[in-house]
Amino acid sequence: MLTEKEFDFMGYRKIAGVVSIILIIVSIISLAVNSLEFGLDFTSGTSVRLSYSDSVVVEEVNQTLRDNGYEDAVVVTFGSDREIRVLLPVDESIEVGDQAAQAVIVGESIAELLQNSSGSQITLLGSDYVSAKVGGELVESGGIGMLVALAIIMVYIAMRFQFKFSVGAVVALAHDLIITLGIFSLFRIEFNLNTLAALLAIIGYSLNDTIVVSDRIRENFRRMRKGTPIEMVNTSLNQTLSRTLITSLTTLLVLFSILLIGGESTQGFAVALIIGVVIGTYSSIYIASNVILYMNVTREDLMLPVKEGSELDDIP
Amino acid sequence: MLNKYPAWKNILILLVVIWGFMYSLPNLYPDDPALQISHELTELSQGDLPTIMSALEAAEVQFFGEEVDSESILIRLNNLDDQLRAKTAIEEALGDSYIVALNLAPTTPGWLQAIGAGKMNLGLDLQGGVHFLMEVDMDAALTRRMEDNLSNVRTILREQRIRSRGLNLISNSHLEVRFADADDRSQARSELVDVFPELQFQNREAQGVFILDMRMTPATALQIQNDTLQANRTTLLNRVDTLGVSEPTVQQQGSDRIVVELPGMQDPAQAIRILQRIATLEFHLEAELGASSLTYETYEYEGIPVNVDNDVILQGDRVSNAVYSLDQNSQPQVLLSLDAQGGNQMNRATRDNVNRRMDVLLIETKSRTVTSVNEDGEEVEEIEFYEDKELITHATILQPLGRQFSITGLTPREASDLAPLIRSGSLAAPMTIVEQSVIGPSMGQENLDQGLLGVQVAAGLVVIFMFFYYRTFGMAANAALIMNILMIVAVMSSIIPATLTLPGIVGIVLTVGMAVDANVLIFTRIREELGNGAPPQQAIDAGYNRAFTTILDANLTTFLVAAVLYTIGTGPVRGFAITLMIGIITSMFTAIVGTRAIVNLIYGGKSVKTLSIGNFRKKAKAA
Repeated sequence: MLTEKEFDFMGYRKIAGVVSIILIIVSIISLAVNSLEFGLDFTSGTSVRLSYSDSVVVEEVNQTLRDNGYEDAVVVTFGSDREIRVLLPVDESIEVGDQAAQAVIVGESIAELLQNSSGSQITLLGSDYVSAKVGGELVESGGIGMLVALAIIMVYIAMRFQFKFSVGAVVALAHDLIITLGIFSLFRIEFNLNTLAALLAIIGYSLNDTIVVSDRIRENFRRMRKGTPIEMVNTSLNQTLSRTLITSLTTLLVLFSILLIGGESTQGFAVALIIGVVIGTYSSIYIASNVILYMNVTREDLMLPVKEGSELDDIP
Repeated sequence: MLNKYPAWKNILILLVVIWGFMYSLPNLYPDDPALQISHELTELSQGDLPTIMSALEAAEVQFFGEEVDSESILIRLNNLDDQLRAKTAIEEALGDSYIVALNLAPTTPGWLQAIGAGKMNLGLDLQGGVHFLMEVDMDAALTRRMEDNLSNVRTILREQRIRSRGLNLISNSHLEVRFADADDRSQARSELVDVFPELQFQNREAQGVFILDMRMTPATALQIQNDTLQANRTTLLNRVDTLGVSEPTVQQQGSDRIVVELPGMQDPAQAIRILQRIATLEFHLEAELGASSLTYETYEYEGIPVNVDNDVILQGDRVSNAVYSLDQNSQPQVLLSLDAQGGNQMNRATRDNVNRRMDVLLIETKSRTVTSVNEDGEEVEEIEFYEDKELITHATILQPLGRQFSITGLTPREASDLAPLIRSGSLAAPMTIVEQSVIGPSMGQENLDQGLLGVQVAAGLVVIFMFFYYRTFGMAANAALIMNILMIVAVMSSIIPATLTLPGIVGIVLTVGMAVDANVLIFTRIREELGNGAPPQQAIDAGYNRAFTTILDANLTTFLVAAVLYTIGTGPVRGFAITLMIGIITSMFTAIVGTRAIVNLIYGGKSVKTLSIGNFRKKAKAA
């Protein structure tokens, strides 16, 4: 069955498996050691956003703040070199009920302070305050959300396809999520609420890919009379390859436009999704199919529903 | 015939296209910054508009498009800076009794408004404003209700002359009454059981004491939490109204939180001051002379120590209104109205206590962070609430009181301060701001501009790619893509009143990337069929049919993920999920039905030799 033009994807499945396992182990170690660079949404504190009329030197701002009693302030640029964000931990000496009001005052006084020490015109873009309690809950609800999403997907695929496929899809998804989180941890990219949404979007995207491949595998198992499972998976991957690449390409085009144009607020989202799309494309080719093969998928597994089979065969 | 849609199907698609176009159109007309001026209590008078206009002229603010009706005046301004300057100028000219609200006036043409087409709501991140997440202290609400019950039980036992050996509050949902013998207990139980249908009664004996346990059922507790949240929401709505924000949102989130969003609000400090006046009231009697020191607490009132009995005769949430007025002798007073149950309680408590003093305690709940060690030995931070009590009235009861009574003997200043204090004290439970976000107007505009540019560039790149890769078919997909964006916008503007946020824009952009996936699936399938030697018409048909189940499976699962996101998520996550869900549904229609209609119009019903679908490799016929 294997013609010369077809690329022997499954010939590399052992190597791909080893590579993936290494990536996952590295990710887990990094997550355990480095943890994630949680943003304000997940921790707590105050964040003040300021815009300068000229480019700004972070070190100078840091110095000014430190000299004026804001020892714990962290200054980062965002978007361009004209906008900064000052992050401050929650002031424990202030009553929780008054912290929100305090955050506003701190924002205004920092803007004034920096304005006085800088030749550039400064605009206070806004400020955020997150209490210790809310931040902690987000991690929990985000985690639960991910588990619920995975469970629902597993059930759906088991119903529409077969149990082995749903294991394949969920393993592929877990693979994508762990490695994406690992990259965030390894490169210390900020993990905020947008990133969490992106992570859940990755589930959707990667799943899309996996389903398309699985669909083709199912179809080929039913239609092709000859060939080993490995050969049939290979044929399916080749048939879907151009679609997989084109869709990844269009999605990446879109994501890079968000990354470059969409402004700071959406950058974390774009970065997470770009990483996710690249890994998701790889995992839909190697991980899901690999798992299905390891679970010894057979033609009989997919021949069960007579109704569905006849439906497919009837299509001209 | 192969690849021809019946006329009704084409017409239906055309109608949907027209609908999508019409209902997304209003979004192209930018709103004018505007001010809406109304009077706090009465209708506007004739002289108001000229006053406003001269105030604006004096402040050198340009304005146009005044709209006047008896309730309010709307004035349009050129930009957001002018809007703020004009607000200050008008407020100074008109004085405190007028409300000047920041508003956005639509510029949508009349015929579009006539068919009910409107704009999408923009989230705070796109138009600036203040966002608060407030947490209601439910524990306090429950405790207060049980304290109330406890003091009612005491009164009933006293009235029925049943001797008890003590009443104790065990927890915020459990109180016990101790008796010397079983007879007293059963008599008490039969008296109480009808009065407190929401409590569960249970007998218990310990160390020779006969105890009656009264517990709040979980259903009741839930009900109370719900009522409390609603009461707090209403109070917040009233307070927000005084802030002069045109479209505030005060929404429940989860079981104990309320989201307050104030679009256009530029003074967060003022908003916090008004929203966070956390205070509740308790009505007590003054302790009798010679009472045991365990039954009262001592407060200071105008420099004199006052012993206040521990029993609460009435909670602040029974107060329905408190107004400052003058009595017959032109003396200042605060007129209090209670609800029905409050009136009964007050009457029962005061009829035997004429000439005794009644004390009103203002309880401000404050909170602090405490660090404690949990079971795993980790340090955890928790918010701890504590109460700060102040005696605000110490007045003599002149006659038995009912649903309406007044507090007199106050200075005008005291009376005018006390009325709003009691009103806000009727708030059912204390609240704290646990999350806050202030988005300046320039930030909002920047987010909106960048987001829209992102959508345009992304769509442009995809359109170019699809054209070069799939030629005529690519153009069909592009038409569907643009159609899809229009439909998402139209749905969000009319059918589902969703709010567009920055993550929502990202959701739309992502849909753009993923919507072409359906077409890519179909077109690669058609190419494959052609490669296998199928005639063009059959290739088209087979391509669409075979790709359909794949597209359905893929979209359905993504939709499920988006639905999970929507259910568990809040704020930005929800904004993303909702556009993703709408996008999946509309893209199924445009990418499958829409492109098919276009392809059918181009190729259907004729003999076609080749298809303009880009390059494909011809393969040896499959086995």
